[in-house]
Amino acid sequence: MTGKMAIVGDGDSIMVFQAAGVSAFAAENEKKAREVLRKIAKDFDVIFLTEELARPLADFLKRFDEAPYPVVLPIPSGKGDGGFGEELVRSAAERALGIDIFFNNGPREATEETHQ
Amino acid sequence: MARLNVNPTRMELKKLKARLNTAVRGHKLLKDKSDEMIRRFTVMARENLALRREVEGELSRILREFQVARSVTPAYRAEAAFALPSQAVRAECSTASVMGLDVPKISLSQSGSGGLPYAFFEITSEADYSVSKVSQLLPKLVRLAEVEKSVRMLADEIERNKRRVNALEYVMIPQLEETIAYIREKLSENERAALVRIMKVKGKNAT
Repeated sequence: MTGKMAIVGDGDSIMVFQAAGVSAFAAENEKKAREVLRKIAKDFDVIFLTEELARPLADFLKRFDEAPYPVVLPIPSGKGDGGFGEELVRSAAERALGIDIFFNNGPREATEETHQ
Repeated sequence: MARLNVNPTRMELKKLKARLNTAVRGHKLLKDKSDEMIRRFTVMARENLALRREVEGELSRILREFQVARSVTPAYRAEAAFALPSQAVRAECSTASVMGLDVPKISLSQSGSGGLPYAFFEITSEADYSVSKVSQLLPKLVRLAEVEKSVRMLADEIERNKRRVNALEYVMIPQLEETIAYIREKLSENERAALVRIMKVKGKNAT
C-alpha cells in the first residue's frame, strides 16, 4: 500500500518540507491544527506535526494511537524549545513499565550509552 | 473475598475446577506475554529515544539555517517558489506484527526529478542545502515515526495486558478457589450428617 506524507505546522517550518516533497498544510494555532488533522487523517498515513501545535493537542493525538495508521509524529520547529517528543517516549515508558528507565542517569548520558 | 453464588453440588464443583484450571493457565500465559512485551518495549523505547534526539538535533539545525536563508528573500516570493514541489515522496505502508499487535511499517520511496522546485535565481543557495538536507533526513524521520508509533501502541497494549493479568490473579482465581473450598466443605458436611443419621436410625432399630 502506498501512503502519503503530510506536514502540519506554521508557515516557515513547513516550507522546506514542501520543497522536499511532503504535502504541507498550514495551521497557525492549535484549533486550526485540530481541524486540519481531522480532515487529512484519512488521506495521509504519515503526518508530521510541529511541536508547539502538538503539545496542546496531546489528548487529541492519543486517539490516533489505537490503529497503526495514520502515524502522527511531533517534530521540532525552528523556534520551539522542544522536548515534547522525548516527553512522549518517557510517559509511554512510565505507563508500560511503571518506572522511568532512561532518565535516572541524566538524559545526555543515556544518549551516549546507546551510541556505543 | 466474595465467593461466587452457586449451589454446593458436585456438578458445580466439577465445573468450577475446570474454570480454575483455565484461569490459572491463562494467567501464566498472559504473564509470559507481558514479560516478553516489556522486554521488546525496552529495546524499542531506547532506540526511539536515541533516534529522536538525533533527528531533533539535525532538524532544528536545518530549520534554523533555512530561516536565515529565506529571510533574504521577501516572504511572498519565497512562498511562491516553494508552492509547487517538483518531487513527491511516497511512503510504502504496511503493518508488522509485534506480539500479535499490528504496528506500522513504513519505507520511503522517493520519486520525481530530485531537483529543486524553484529556479536558482529566486532563492539564495543556502536554501538549497536545507532542502536537500531535509530530503536526506526524511528516511530517518519516517523510521522515527514507525518506531515511535510502535512504542506508543506497545505501551498501551502492555497496560491493557497488565490489567488482565491482575484481574485474573487478584479477583478471578481467589474467587474460584474460595468457592471450591466452600463447596468441598459443604459436601463433606452433608456426608457427615448423612452418616450420623444412618447410625442413629440403625441404633434405633437395634434396640
